Amino acid sequence: MGKTLFDKVWDAHVVDTVPDGPQILYIDKHLIHEVTSPQAFAELEDKGIDLARTDKTVATADHNVPTINQHLTIKDALSRKQVDTLTKNCEKFGVTLYGLGHPYQGIVHVMSPELGITQPGMTMVCGDSHTSTHGAFGTIAFGIGTSQVAQVFASQCVLMNKPKSMRITVNGKLNPNVGPKDVILYIIAQLGTNAGTGYFVEYAGDVFEDMSMEGRMTVCNMSIEMGARGGMIAPDQTTFSYVKDREFAPKGEEWDKKLAYWKTLPSDKDATFDKEHHFDAANIAPMITYGTNPGMGMALDAQIPTAKNETEVKALEYMGFKEGEELLGKPINYVFIGSCTNSRIEDFRAVASYIKGKRKAANVNALIVPGSQQVSAQIQKEGLTQIFEEAGFEIRQSGCSACLGMNEDKIPANEYCVSTSNRNFEGRQGPGARTLLASPLIAAMTAVEGKITSLT
Amino acid sequence: MEKFTKLQSQAVPLPISDVDTDQIIPARFLKATNKIGFGANLFRDWRYLNDTETNPDFVLNNPKYTGSILVAGANFGCGSSREHAAWAIADYGFKVVISSFFADIFKGNALNNGILPIQISQNDLDAILERLEAHPDTIIEVDLEAQKCTVDVLDIECSFEIDPYKKYCLINGFDDIDFLLSKKAEISAFEKNID
Repeated sequence: MGKTLFDKVWDAHVVDTVPDGPQILYIDKHLIHEVTSPQAFAELEDKGIDLARTDKTVATADHNVPTINQHLTIKDALSRKQVDTLTKNCEKFGVTLYGLGHPYQGIVHVMSPELGITQPGMTMVCGDSHTSTHGAFGTIAFGIGTSQVAQVFASQCVLMNKPKSMRITVNGKLNPNVGPKDVILYIIAQLGTNAGTGYFVEYAGDVFEDMSMEGRMTVCNMSIEMGARGGMIAPDQTTFSYVKDREFAPKGEEWDKKLAYWKTLPSDKDATFDKEHHFDAANIAPMITYGTNPGMGMALDAQIPTAKNETEVKALEYMGFKEGEELLGKPINYVFIGSCTNSRIEDFRAVASYIKGKRKAANVNALIVPGSQQVSAQIQKEGLTQIFEEAGFEIRQSGCSACLGMNEDKIPANEYCVSTSNRNFEGRQGPGARTLLASPLIAAMTAVEGKITSLT
Repeated sequence: MEKFTKLQSQAVPLPISDVDTDQIIPARFLKATNKIGFGANLFRDWRYLNDTETNPDFVLNNPKYTGSILVAGANFGCGSSREHAAWAIADYGFKVVISSFFADIFKGNALNNGILPIQISQNDLDAILERLEAHPDTIIEVDLEAQKCTVDVLDIECSFEIDPYKKYCLINGFDDIDFLLSKKAEISAFEKNID
């Protein structure tokens, strides 16, 4: 029987199998950041052990950093201590850190792919659930807890039962103004927030084959929002062209060798999956969420459906919405364009091309937070800065920012925010904040109109 | 890690599905560099009305409910991988979480912190939640060795699944990290083939 892409990568990394138990999976790259690593470093110290493979560990500061005046000392004492602790730990244990001020600093899931650290066929982990992003390269990448961060530090391995396999196929051609974010929000709305639990997903079909690497990353990023530990897309010429010549990509003969291997990775024709879902690209419209989990999404011009249970009733109450209501015309005072889902150069190009020559509505605070220092530099280089500034958008420095509201970038209580991030949970963007997830294009349009508007 | 074998306790009902880890512990409380004290902010934004005032309608503030078992709706622990959620639950004093469905990462984090996640059928869960609503003093018994969760007054005795390896770890208070360190030789041999 044929093997899936996931089988091929997984099987190549199994060190051993515990009888009646999990497998020991070898990890090629371990990404770390300031929030979920300090307790893991402390565990190494308590046990008096070294970090096994510093050459396979890369650190950055992203979750808890200010997005303004990054050259100054961090004002918030607790945040400063957390970022300083990361610096000290990296020095002590010999880990490469792209900290604040470094040209490679950025959101861990933005900076790693753009540096060529992320490569097809790898196993990657990070103490962050959106590690699924890297699956866009045909990589097994998933989020882990801090105990597991310590385990990878100590052994370069995790203990894990092999997940079941699911393939989600979307064939056909996407409608105008429908992008990767709409595709994944549509899939999650169709399948629900726990459909993927226990599975690793492979996204297949025309839509993903035709998608850019940035788009594929947006899709794989949100796999966790339907409960899947990760999502993957078969590596192809788009993948290889993206990786080639990046800072840490293989070079010369090593490249040829790796490329030949990567080409063997796509799922075999006769491979079978534990679960299959099929969707038609033509049915996907620009999407927006109306509730407090990413599965509560609908077409931008649709009406809010009837609540299915008590939790959805509570969600609508929190959002201040009613069943049967349209979102079109709703005034919106906050727009956030950023996060590991949508803060890559392609996202900002889409935003810039829409807002060029326009101006944001007077009521709107529009925040642009690039995913990395390199994205910031590229925005500058392509002249997008001027477009954003002329439109009245505020451009910040890179970090996770208002996606999770750990730093001072928060949305005030009861305010609506159209956000390109990945989670609309209660209070995610600040206590009482109400998040509506959407694509960069819808977010840009909302900023200009000052309310939710149809594209047509 | 603390050992877990048996537990007999009252329980706290949380009949909400899709409880995400942002609700269990909001991101603004993740700034600590140790594992201590997260229980004080468990379910912070549901538990408090503002910076100081507690929400009398939230179950943790209802003096009738106590015990070291949390009974919650389906898909408990979805969202962020933050282990702080498991630390907060453990620090508050819960040793068992019962639900009809757990998110993967949370389940692993719970087990790595000596918290037993017990998955039971939606019917049994609904019956237990309903019982707790009317009778907060209901006792739930958990026997890890026998993999059984019993509510005598309801005549409910449900078996639950647990990975045999993780069961061994919980009963013996054994950490994954110790196990992995004991496999150094196999890991080094594997590395020789790939490096």
